[in-house]
Amino acid sequence: MDGLLGIRARGITKCFGDVVALDGIDLDVAQGQIHGLVGRNGAGKTTLLGLLLGLAVADGGHLEILGTPVGRALAAPEGVAGFVDGPGLYPSLTARQNLAALAALRSNSVRAAGIDDLLDQVGLTDVADDRTRGFSLGMRQRLGLAAALLTKPRLLVLDEPANGLDPAGKRHVHGVLGRLAAQGTSVVLSSHRMDDLEALCSEVTILATGRVVFSGPLSKLAAENRELDYWLLTSDPQAARRLAVDTAGIRVVDGAGARPDAEVLVVQALVPALDDLVVRLVHAGIGVRELAPVVSPLEAAFLTLTDEQEVSR
Amino acid sequence: MTAIVADARVAGRRVSVARGYRFELVKLVSQWRIRLLVLACWIAPALFVAAVSQQSSLPVDTLFGRWMHATGWAGSLVTLGFAGTWALPLVTSVVAGDVFASEDRLGTWRHLLVAIRSPRRIFAAKALSSLTVILLLVAGLACSSAVGGVVAVGNQPLVGIDGHLLTPGDAAGKILLAWVCVLAPTLALAAIGLLGSVALGRSPMGLLLPALVALAMQLAQMLPLPVAVRLALPGYAFIAWNGLFTSPAQIGPLLIGIVVSLLWAVTATALAYLLFIRRDFTNPTDEGSGRRAVTVGALPLAGLLAVTVGVVAAATPATGSGIAQEKVERSVATAFAHLYRLQTEQLNRPDVTEAQLKATASCNKGGGKLAAEGPGNDWRCVVSWHLPDVEAAGTAIYQLDVTPDGRFVADGDGPKEVNGYFLVRTPIGDAPNPLWQFDGNVELLHTTKG
Repeated sequence: MDGLLGIRARGITKCFGDVVALDGIDLDVAQGQIHGLVGRNGAGKTTLLGLLLGLAVADGGHLEILGTPVGRALAAPEGVAGFVDGPGLYPSLTARQNLAALAALRSNSVRAAGIDDLLDQVGLTDVADDRTRGFSLGMRQRLGLAAALLTKPRLLVLDEPANGLDPAGKRHVHGVLGRLAAQGTSVVLSSHRMDDLEALCSEVTILATGRVVFSGPLSKLAAENRELDYWLLTSDPQAARRLAVDTAGIRVVDGAGARPDAEVLVVQALVPALDDLVVRLVHAGIGVRELAPVVSPLEAAFLTLTDEQEVSR
Repeated sequence: MTAIVADARVAGRRVSVARGYRFELVKLVSQWRIRLLVLACWIAPALFVAAVSQQSSLPVDTLFGRWMHATGWAGSLVTLGFAGTWALPLVTSVVAGDVFASEDRLGTWRHLLVAIRSPRRIFAAKALSSLTVILLLVAGLACSSAVGGVVAVGNQPLVGIDGHLLTPGDAAGKILLAWVCVLAPTLALAAIGLLGSVALGRSPMGLLLPALVALAMQLAQMLPLPVAVRLALPGYAFIAWNGLFTSPAQIGPLLIGIVVSLLWAVTATALAYLLFIRRDFTNPTDEGSGRRAVTVGALPLAGLLAVTVGVVAAATPATGSGIAQEKVERSVATAFAHLYRLQTEQLNRPDVTEAQLKATASCNKGGGKLAAEGPGNDWRCVVSWHLPDVEAAGTAIYQLDVTPDGRFVADGDGPKEVNGYFLVRTPIGDAPNPLWQFDGNVELLHTTKG
């Protein structure tokens, strides 16, 4: 099983002086998996990503990347690429020149066509010959992703890659990451955008004050979580409200998570009770037009788990 | 606790220094300020020398400035003097002083480490690329000034510091050698720039450090320091190249200056390297600090200065300022004899050799009331010489302004037929009497015989 892991970390610790940044971190990321890393600011996400990229050496624990034990040298194994704290770009170079200069570091084999293809994948063909000095954050993120892809990585490590992306940029990035994962590349990404993580990741790890408070599939996270609030928009709001009140395990919440359209009902429930309510609505001939969590399951779990960790410390 | 496994395989395939070097060069050359600097160094000296050479008033306070009408080669040496004072410290500041700090400013360190995977190779690539650009800029200053001078004025013989004539070929060779020699102190400044850039991160002090050190060294050279201290300063080679233009060449001080400069270059580079590879790139606050710059940077260099002063003091015979009566008299007499020959030729008189002239000088300081040693503008020399078949010796008086670094300007004080101001006809036009005012230098270390 271990042979299929992109990352295997056991008991990783890292301190900066008196500050414990990582405190016994365990992490498994399978090949071809997109793994999300979530945590409050200062939880240790960037430090962990830095270790994966070979920017720092752990003070203790055991780390294997792509099946290779990581030693004390400041370097990641071949096949790892990515960025932390935003992509590093040189403003005096154009997008194409940035990629060409990086490509020339590794080999002469990456030709102009390969760079053009990467620029196309991340949607930057139109600005390929513009200096990156004037690039927006989203464009920089996409170019950073293209730069990381130059080496055809087997493990891609990205810190907040969704920052500053517009919907079109997000689509490009999601498409690229999805294709990479399908080809067997492991992707570890941190983000504060829960919708992005839910859309992309099969598993997530939640960090709080340097410790893992949850690691596993998103479905497991939802199952472990408490009741959530859901928006419910139906063809007959009054009848739907009556049915919701009568359904076991469903509580109608007035005033919470209100939306401008007053016909939207907010109900609080676990997933099984919610399933029951939907069945009853349909049997009653009420059309269900929208059913969505007010706060995403991941976000709710994140808030709950990180709050609990803060309190316990 | 489980130990981290040490495994060399983890390093993966690292980027070679050659590829890193090319990457750094691309980044450097893509910067507008570097491009402008390259253009300026390759064009401005030629324009400056050509323009000044056409003026009626020459920069006579700069060594070789008074000969800019006489030969195109003087312009390159005027540029060299100016470069040692201003241009080279500025060049090293802009290039080496920013080569590491720019990554802090752009926030690209982590990106670079992921791409190259070896701090050692990054350091080597950055140091070599900045060295390359600095060499390109120095080459520009040298070539441009020489070409500008030769095109504007011509390929005539050059009058050396002691008045002897160098053929155009000799002049070109020695000028090239002088530019090569000042590479040593330039490298020392560049290494200090690397150290400042690493130690001080994005602080502007890192960028300014080479210029500030160069300024401090120039100020020190203006002070009446003991010879051993003067020679042990890394900037002395910016002055000591003057010794190439005497006959025989004053090689001793120049070699000492070059060795000291190279020691500083190696030491400062090594300190920068140690600081760099110990840096924690995941700690955002770790980008250099004043305390570390002092303990790891300044203190070892201060120690190096102390050691070199001690070694130079122990290994060389000179004491005090190095400017003694006998040395001044010999320098003035030698320069006078050479320039007398030049004047004789320009006035179409029968040739006379230095040996026939048997020129001697008798100098005092402060009208004889002060000890005849050390710098000052109160030196007075009476030069005597003989002409073949003339019984009586000729005499001429000069007022000397001797600076602490050994350079002097001799100002003719009569008789006016010998060292007064008058124009003489030369193949390239009228020129001031060469014996009216002339530059010279006192060899601070007595290493040559002449």
